[in-house]
Amino acid sequence: MEQFILGRLTWDSLPHEWFTLGGTGAFATILLGVAIFLTRVKRWKWLWKEWLTTTDPKKIGIMYLIIAFLMFLRGGLDAVMIWLQQSIGTSTSPGYLGATHGYLSADHFQQIFTAHGDIMVFFVTMGFLFGLINLIVPLQIGARDLAFPFLNSLGFWLYFAGVVLINMFFVLGGQFGSTGWLAVAPLSELQFNPGVGVDYWIWSLQVSGVGTLIGGINFVVTILKMRAPGMSLMRMPMFTWASLMGMILVVSIFPILAMTMALLTLDRYLGMHFFTLDNGGNAMMYWNLIWMWGHPEVYVLIIPVFGIYSEIVSTFAQKKVFGYTSLIVAVGAITLLSFSVWLHHFYTMGAGADVNAFFGIMTMWIGIPTGVQIINWLFTMFRGKIIFKTPIYWFFGFVSTFTFGGMAGLLMALPPVDFQIHNTLFLVAHFHTMIVGGALFGIFAGFTYWFPKVFGFKLNERIGKYAFWTWLVGFFVSFVPLYILGMMGAVRRMDTYSPSLGWQQLFTVSLIGAGIIMCAVGLQILQLIVSIRQRNQNRDLTGDPWNGRSLEWATSSPPPFYNFAVIPEVHSRDPFWEMKKEGKKPIKYEDIELPKNTPMGIYISGFAFLFGLAMVWHAWLFAIIGIVGIICCVLLRTFDEDTEYVLTAAEVEKIEKKNAKRYA
Amino acid sequence: MAKPVHHQNHQEAITNDKTVFGFWVYLMTDLLMFGVLFAVYSVLHGNIFSGPSGKQIFDLPFALTETIILLTSSFTAGLGILGARSGSKNQVLIWFGVTFLLGLSFLGLELSEFHKLVTEGNSWQRSAFLSSYFALVATHGLHITFGLFWMFITMLKVKSKGLTPSLTRKLTLLSLFWHFLDIVWIFIFTIVYLMGVV
Repeated sequence: MEQFILGRLTWDSLPHEWFTLGGTGAFATILLGVAIFLTRVKRWKWLWKEWLTTTDPKKIGIMYLIIAFLMFLRGGLDAVMIWLQQSIGTSTSPGYLGATHGYLSADHFQQIFTAHGDIMVFFVTMGFLFGLINLIVPLQIGARDLAFPFLNSLGFWLYFAGVVLINMFFVLGGQFGSTGWLAVAPLSELQFNPGVGVDYWIWSLQVSGVGTLIGGINFVVTILKMRAPGMSLMRMPMFTWASLMGMILVVSIFPILAMTMALLTLDRYLGMHFFTLDNGGNAMMYWNLIWMWGHPEVYVLIIPVFGIYSEIVSTFAQKKVFGYTSLIVAVGAITLLSFSVWLHHFYTMGAGADVNAFFGIMTMWIGIPTGVQIINWLFTMFRGKIIFKTPIYWFFGFVSTFTFGGMAGLLMALPPVDFQIHNTLFLVAHFHTMIVGGALFGIFAGFTYWFPKVFGFKLNERIGKYAFWTWLVGFFVSFVPLYILGMMGAVRRMDTYSPSLGWQQLFTVSLIGAGIIMCAVGLQILQLIVSIRQRNQNRDLTGDPWNGRSLEWATSSPPPFYNFAVIPEVHSRDPFWEMKKEGKKPIKYEDIELPKNTPMGIYISGFAFLFGLAMVWHAWLFAIIGIVGIICCVLLRTFDEDTEYVLTAAEVEKIEKKNAKRYA
Repeated sequence: MAKPVHHQNHQEAITNDKTVFGFWVYLMTDLLMFGVLFAVYSVLHGNIFSGPSGKQIFDLPFALTETIILLTSSFTAGLGILGARSGSKNQVLIWFGVTFLLGLSFLGLELSEFHKLVTEGNSWQRSAFLSSYFALVATHGLHITFGLFWMFITMLKVKSKGLTPSLTRKLTLLSLFWHFLDIVWIFIFTIVYLMGVV
């Protein structure tokens, strides 16, 4: 009976190591601090009503950004721990804190780089991107909301449940997966990893994965079905096109991930034999399935960012985007081709020269539409008059870094070269260049570009530029040594290397780079603090701080909760540019139907979290409670007829007039 | 603050449009999940280890019975939708009731097949082939179970509220789901049972 309720939980599962105590203590302190603050300013009800139960994509977007940023700090901390271990630990150095060499045991080190990868890919990059798409795409297409507002809220809260689950091991169990971010079989099978670590990996990603899939469907339907009248597909702004392509990828590939993880779960929980070493299992199949998801996933991370850069280059070069059609065709080509390259992640697994050659050729082909993108951006800037503000700095940082890292990728696309540098630090440097120099810089660019629209005041320019330069320098100082080390044969995922190799100096240089990056992040946080304090001097009173071209700039900053009092009619690309030329027209207000707030997303995700945690610990009673809870909440929601309310034309007019006075 | 009527119809039309379209997108993602299961089955169906092969455990007449039951249920669901389009609450309740019973029989037959396999020692733990067979067919069975549950709840609502526009739309989604499961079953019947026995 006790087993049915508590599963494999024991007293030993509670925190008792230095890192579990540290982690639990940190979370407890932060939560306590937030609770005390909310009580003092008496904002609990406000938080619940205005933010937690909202269906407004602008608020959901901000919540995504906040959680993604917090996870960025956690993932960054993991990275710093990796850097520290590799600098101070060698195969002959002394051990501290219970480790044999350095300060992290080999198993702990493996858990850290696993968590680092999963957090950064799933919870940071995707979180930031979902946040930006929620905030900006409805405005860009002249819509008031996403297609399915309740599902939007549910998707966010499932993401949040995943965030809590992936951090839960600090409190219960003290062990995360040590298998690398993709938990490849057979290492992730019961035979080699019977503990809770891999199960935490499975359930945090499954729960948040449902949220991602829901979000992907939501965005696709929104973009295809809810554009303003007159906005044909070929009149959509580039960020919307890129988001559409990225989300089409999401809905195509997340089912593959979900099912692959489910098959691993069946192996671990029901004794099946998909990927086991015995009874006919086929571990190579795991690699194929997981990379069929994994490769298009990295394009999910970068394609929306290409859209951000198109917007920024066009706005700050004060020219319409060069080669709109070719940009769309190129992004479409990348989307399609991303399905044809997955084997390049395991050339060395033995598929043979012919198979490797095919995938090598396809991998090189995919560089071509990427090149088209870059050339179009350069030609957009040609004969434009460039305004040098922080967003365009991030673009320049991206274009140089990403091209450099992309060349490294093209090098590895060749199987004979890859056989030398597969799974070395060269690979690690390459993909970090892509994700940091590509996706992360783009997120920073988009964040600084759209910040005035979302929050109503501009960010401090000077600190922004300092932060950019510090990031750029820090990035190269940290990762160029890794390219060199990889070329010299340094295998990835090692907690120590032999000092006789003479590599430790390069690791130290890399650590210094990490320190510079920490300063850069500190500057970004400083920029936020200073900008908030100076917000009254930097208010955006026109809604159009950068002389923009697309519809989001046609609203006030921040926009009213219904986005547009009257849905605009679109007659061309860059519709706001046209509207500015034509001047203001008289407006006739109409009633607006809006979705109500709802706590159901939170409740369903709460039960989903309970289910995931119970499954990790084999506490079947709570797992059943979780499932039953989800079903009941969903049923309750489907019986709810009263999910919308009407904002009358008179009320809309009142709000618009009040806004106009503020921004006169 | 009454809702203007013309807006309500306009809103309904938009809601119909994007909800049905969104459901199609979801169905495609579900199809992709089944695609993975089929791919896994194709790779693993030869890995019988020390256990039986498909030829030894599949009973074609039995599978054909299941198939006919499910296909008929798809037909009766279609009749139910015709009833919904013509606004007849009774037609909807009768035909979806028949669909429900047929679906329930299908499940019963499938569960008895599983029970037989497990009791003779050929459970999902025996070999990779059996794992992939159970995963594929049972996932379909779970979807059928969910569909039956959904059908039951919807019939309750139709009985008490009649055929409102919102419920008619939900019936459309349900029937799309049911037909989709039927199509997946045809693939299962072909790839697993027919090709397994040949």
